[in-house]
Amino acid sequence: MTVETQNRGRSETAAPVAPAIELIGVSKSFGPVQANKDISMTVARGAIHGIVGENGAGKSTLMSILYGFYKADAGVIKINGIETEITDSHAAIAAGIGMVHQHFMLVEPFTVLENVIMGAEDGPLLRPSLAKARKVLTQLAKEYELEVDPDAIVGDLSVGFQQRVEILKALYREADILILDEPTGVLTPAEADHLFRILENLKAQGKTIVLITHKLREIMAVTDTVSVMRRGEMTATVKTADTSPSELADLMVGRHVLLEVDKQPANPGEVFLEVKNLSAIDHQGVEKLKNISFNLRAGEILGVAGVAGNGQSDLLEILGGISPATNGEVLVKGDPIDLSRKASAAHRRDRGIGHVPEDRHQRGLVMAFQTWENTPFGYHNRPQFRKPMGLANQKAMLDDAKAKIEKFDIRPTSPFLPASSYSGGNQQKIVIAREIDANPDILLVGQPTRGVDIGAIEFIHKQIIGLRDAGKAVLLVSVELDEILALSDRIIVMFDGTIQGERRPDETNEQELGMLMAGMNPEEAQ
Amino acid sequence: MNKTLPKWADVLLIPLLNLFLALFISGLVVLFIGKDPIEAVKVMIQGAFGKYGIGYTLYYTTNFIFTGLAVAVAFHARLFNIGGEGQAGLGGVGVALILMSFNWPHWTIAILAASIAAFVFGAAWAAIPAYLQAKRGSHIVITTIMFNLIGSALINYLLVGPMKAPGMAPETPHFPPGASIPTLHDFFGLFGIAFDKNSPANISIFIALAALVFVYILIWKTRIGYEIRAFGHSEKAAVYAGISPLKITMIAMLISGGLAGLLAVNTVQGEAERLILDTVQGAGFVGIAVSLMGRNHPIGVLLAAFLFGILYQGGGELSFAMGIPREMIVVIQALVIMFTGSLENIVRIPVERLFARFGKGEA
Repeated sequence: MTVETQNRGRSETAAPVAPAIELIGVSKSFGPVQANKDISMTVARGAIHGIVGENGAGKSTLMSILYGFYKADAGVIKINGIETEITDSHAAIAAGIGMVHQHFMLVEPFTVLENVIMGAEDGPLLRPSLAKARKVLTQLAKEYELEVDPDAIVGDLSVGFQQRVEILKALYREADILILDEPTGVLTPAEADHLFRILENLKAQGKTIVLITHKLREIMAVTDTVSVMRRGEMTATVKTADTSPSELADLMVGRHVLLEVDKQPANPGEVFLEVKNLSAIDHQGVEKLKNISFNLRAGEILGVAGVAGNGQSDLLEILGGISPATNGEVLVKGDPIDLSRKASAAHRRDRGIGHVPEDRHQRGLVMAFQTWENTPFGYHNRPQFRKPMGLANQKAMLDDAKAKIEKFDIRPTSPFLPASSYSGGNQQKIVIAREIDANPDILLVGQPTRGVDIGAIEFIHKQIIGLRDAGKAVLLVSVELDEILALSDRIIVMFDGTIQGERRPDETNEQELGMLMAGMNPEEAQ
Repeated sequence: MNKTLPKWADVLLIPLLNLFLALFISGLVVLFIGKDPIEAVKVMIQGAFGKYGIGYTLYYTTNFIFTGLAVAVAFHARLFNIGGEGQAGLGGVGVALILMSFNWPHWTIAILAASIAAFVFGAAWAAIPAYLQAKRGSHIVITTIMFNLIGSALINYLLVGPMKAPGMAPETPHFPPGASIPTLHDFFGLFGIAFDKNSPANISIFIALAALVFVYILIWKTRIGYEIRAFGHSEKAAVYAGISPLKITMIAMLISGGLAGLLAVNTVQGEAERLILDTVQGAGFVGIAVSLMGRNHPIGVLLAAFLFGILYQGGGELSFAMGIPREMIVVIQALVIMFTGSLENIVRIPVERLFARFGKGEA
């Protein structure tokens, strides 16, 4: 549409001081829900601008408007000082906006080059486009520390490199403004540091960067200015140098939050879970776990750190009865459990193992089920939910749901809403309520606060520590090092299906854990 | 976001709008071949609800309830059972085998035995695709379609070979007289209500109505139904909850196949009173549309089955009374299936927008 003409005119007419992005009074509602309320924001050119806010605060909606996925109900978007109507992503690209999504938009079997030119081919034949892209990529790699082998198959690359491909895609389309949505969620600390160096280089070249994240530490480390969103409104925009993480957290939640976890020293008792030489080979013949052994005691939280995909998920699924192990033994209070294909998650629950799964959307909850159907999920064959003739005791299910909603402060409080209509934090509270209320001896917890807002994180952490203090054993798997360090009494680090090392939280730091996560041995490295 | 529509609009308004759109386009088609669409509607309605027609309409409705429920139950487990045709056909074999084996003292025993046989045979025919899906990952859409063809070939073989009655026709001998079940004429006669004597509608319609209640309780009130729905929404979540995918796939498909098999009580025991070729007459496929249009809910299935009963019977009348070719009626039925099934979003999206705007005005 009109974007192209405006775009062409932009370099000639716009004054050089005009901000890269200026939003004036942008509003957007979905039905009765107002996701963005009268938002005004200015992002200076050549700056790194952070946007923080809890889940559902409207960050993603705002960025989707900026990238043309949604159309704002009201308001004006100015790009480089010129009012621009962004009707779709083509218009956004034409206006010089590039976006790196949280979940990469890459074709895995294609090479890096093929991915980069996809949708931006110059003609019907690929060869000239590929040759041009190869030249541009070499150039970009030099300028920004963005080295990637152009002929590598994207599916073979690590996530860190895949993310570089996403950035290259945007730069190849001549983006001046780069939006990154939760870019470090899947990266190791070292990879994240590299990403921040890339961002600094981009900034030095005059690119504008909008960084959406919930990690306040990153905001403090790389941004120049930061905007805080709460409940669809832009509540504050401050210079990063003038603020602190705790001030930002308070602004996000709207009340004072404890960032530090308040917990007493552990009081470990008898061994509840004993894992001996556990190995697992998946159906493609890939070794997921290689001879893992560890103990977990009553009254302690054992943290499992590691970059996603190094065997932690497999460990949780085997212990949770979802997938079988190939070799090894697992003892619960001294008695072995069935690790064969015949075992099911129901057996594990009967043995006192509760499981808060890593993926609450696909595993922990049935998104279409209402809360009263989700709260007994996995325990629905227990006597209290049974009636004769195979019927379900729906009254008991409903009463149980109401009690859990009250006890775990799940909001909204109606038991008749489908899980999909809750915020991430409240969804997770439903799962936590179910698993903790079943009073397990051992609780497996995977990524308990992924996609969960700060207010709920505080609550969930308290629940996990409360379970520990009640003399239960907790196995905590998380890719968030902050969380591992804050909650665990002991930490094991997994790399490539093995335990790379064990540390105590008060005797280690992020750098050391980061090296272990990358498969290095800190003692040798020094 | 699908929260924008109130429930009544979702379950009632949209199907009705789709139906009207389909009938409107059908009207244009009728106009195109030089007939009067208003007249055609009149003929269809009279044909479907007239003194002679209503019996046929109910007869078809009974078939479509069985096959619609079959598709619906499987669909709650996210299994697309395209094999209603074959399962219903095999149900007929079961009905014929059991009814020919004994001299039945009373029809009540005969209908009970026939129902069990129909259910078991239909379920058995669904069991193999279900097992292959659960154990080997063979796609159930493909296998059930294949089993329709195998079933049809098997019945052909049986009717020209082992089960064939003496004579020229590919059919079994007539069932013994005690196996004959009351028609709706007989049934309504008890209460002094007149009902066409020659219509094929019989008391198996009450089995169909009972099946509707059964499916409602199964899906929404039992623990197995809960597991079926959980599995259907997310297999990963089901495994996490300790629900066995093999068990649920088998149970859902056995019940689905069994419900399809029950159709044979209506067609084979009730109408033909012997096993003949092609007793299912496409009802297995219509069941897909019925379930789709009925939102996989028994009440929806009932309404949709009745609608398709009307279309079938009224459509037949159309070719008879107005000389509209039989193929054109298939086109009209196809339009209804297309609009209520695959083209649903054509109406849904504008209606959602309308509601969104309207809703905002209120707020």
